[in-house]
Amino acid sequence: MSQMAVQDAPSAAAPNKDAKVCIGVKNLDFYYGGFHALKNVNMNFFDRQVTAMIGPSGCGKSTLLRVFNRIYSLYPEQRATGEVMLDGRNIISDNVDINELRARIGMVFQKPTPFPMSIYDNCAFGMRLYEKLSKSELDDRVEQALRKAALWDEVKDKLKQSGMGLSGGQQQRMCIARTIAQQPDVILFDEPTSALDPISTGKIEELIEELRADFSIVIVTHNMQQAARISQYTAFMYLGELIEFGPTTKIFMEPEQKRTLDYVTGRFG
Amino acid sequence: MSDHISKTFDQELDQLRRLVAEMGGLSERMLADATIALVREDTKRAQSVIATDPKLDELQRKIEDNAVLMLMRRQPVANDLREVMASIRIAHDLERIGDLAKNIAKRSLKVQGHMQLGRAMTGVEALSRLAQGQLKDVLDAYAQSNDKGALDVWGRDGQIDALENSLFRELLTYMMEDPRNITFCTHLLFCAKNIERLGDHTTNIAETVHFVVTGRALPADRPKGDSPSDAAA
Repeated sequence: MSQMAVQDAPSAAAPNKDAKVCIGVKNLDFYYGGFHALKNVNMNFFDRQVTAMIGPSGCGKSTLLRVFNRIYSLYPEQRATGEVMLDGRNIISDNVDINELRARIGMVFQKPTPFPMSIYDNCAFGMRLYEKLSKSELDDRVEQALRKAALWDEVKDKLKQSGMGLSGGQQQRMCIARTIAQQPDVILFDEPTSALDPISTGKIEELIEELRADFSIVIVTHNMQQAARISQYTAFMYLGELIEFGPTTKIFMEPEQKRTLDYVTGRFG
Repeated sequence: MSDHISKTFDQELDQLRRLVAEMGGLSERMLADATIALVREDTKRAQSVIATDPKLDELQRKIEDNAVLMLMRRQPVANDLREVMASIRIAHDLERIGDLAKNIAKRSLKVQGHMQLGRAMTGVEALSRLAQGQLKDVLDAYAQSNDKGALDVWGRDGQIDALENSLFRELLTYMMEDPRNITFCTHLLFCAKNIERLGDHTTNIAETVHFVVTGRALPADRPKGDSPSDAAA
């Protein structure tokens, strides 16, 4: 197989080399109390590209995601040092409005997290908190979000029914709709399909590929084939360090670091 | 290279390599035997080459089946993926090499009893020896994942082309000298062409070995000698 053949193949994996940097991470360290969880991480996340974070459990990939929307700020003993730049601002500095930050950097978790309310209210939840919208504007935004989350056709006739009554895959897409309704710049996915069946997983993967047109996406996954299928860039982390970052095709075909090669080929451990 | 966490994966890869090596050994023997059958008018050996070909086909099918199952079960990446892809490609080249050796064996049966030009055989034998050496070297390079060995084979393909070209001129001379040589020499020309094609498949294998070891493809334009058609022109 020639290099050209790899690059020419019509695939989600071809990175846009002209993409701007969306999030720039510089000298980032993170501590859970006395535990040094991220060690001098330096990398860029690119605008409207999917970046997959891979690595064994406990390597720091979910921690990195948690840094981006400052979930750790809820816990006083957890702290980050260094720079995470978004639009010229260091988002881990003290003077950042965390609510505004979380509207700009949304997060979807491993297990669907529907709120005990209607599908409509689930999607409108964030907008009602942070924006003053009329009923018709709200209706429009909810419909738009559900359409982008590829859920509208399935729920348009039961928007007033509880979100808890949806299937697992539908609940996860509703959570994605809730996230994108706030029109964030970045969406963080923390193992979004690990609790879903293969059909729902396929739908979410397809959705991520479509969402890439409007959002920058960072996805933590333990499914290496999923990372290879849906991302343009891949970062391999191990023991809190970023071992290798590069175009996904390179990471899965010709990684530069032996540790990356051992991990992606299943020789690790 | 360290072992996979899944020992069965390692065993499957080993098995794939063993099957390719077995195909390599068979095709090497087929070429050597076909050449002996041609030069020594050995009917039994020619028939044994023809009878071996189905075994080679069977091995190729087995390699393809195993490789497809591995792609399905293991979804290999990086060097593992290249290894599996290489087994399919090399098996295809070896199967073609077996076919070409079989063609020489079949043709040897046709020229038996018409060996009016023993000296014409010397060139074909030399060409075959060169091709056999190349095949042996490339199979060694595959077994040892030796990129340098593969590159050496790749670079030497021009020698086979050059020798075939000179053989073409020689046989042409015999035909011009005496038209009664035409049938015999034409058979030898086809044998020489088969050996030259076989050399191309050997070079393909060298390219595949390079790809497995380095992850990169060799340039499309490999070193070539003059073709007989150039010489005729």
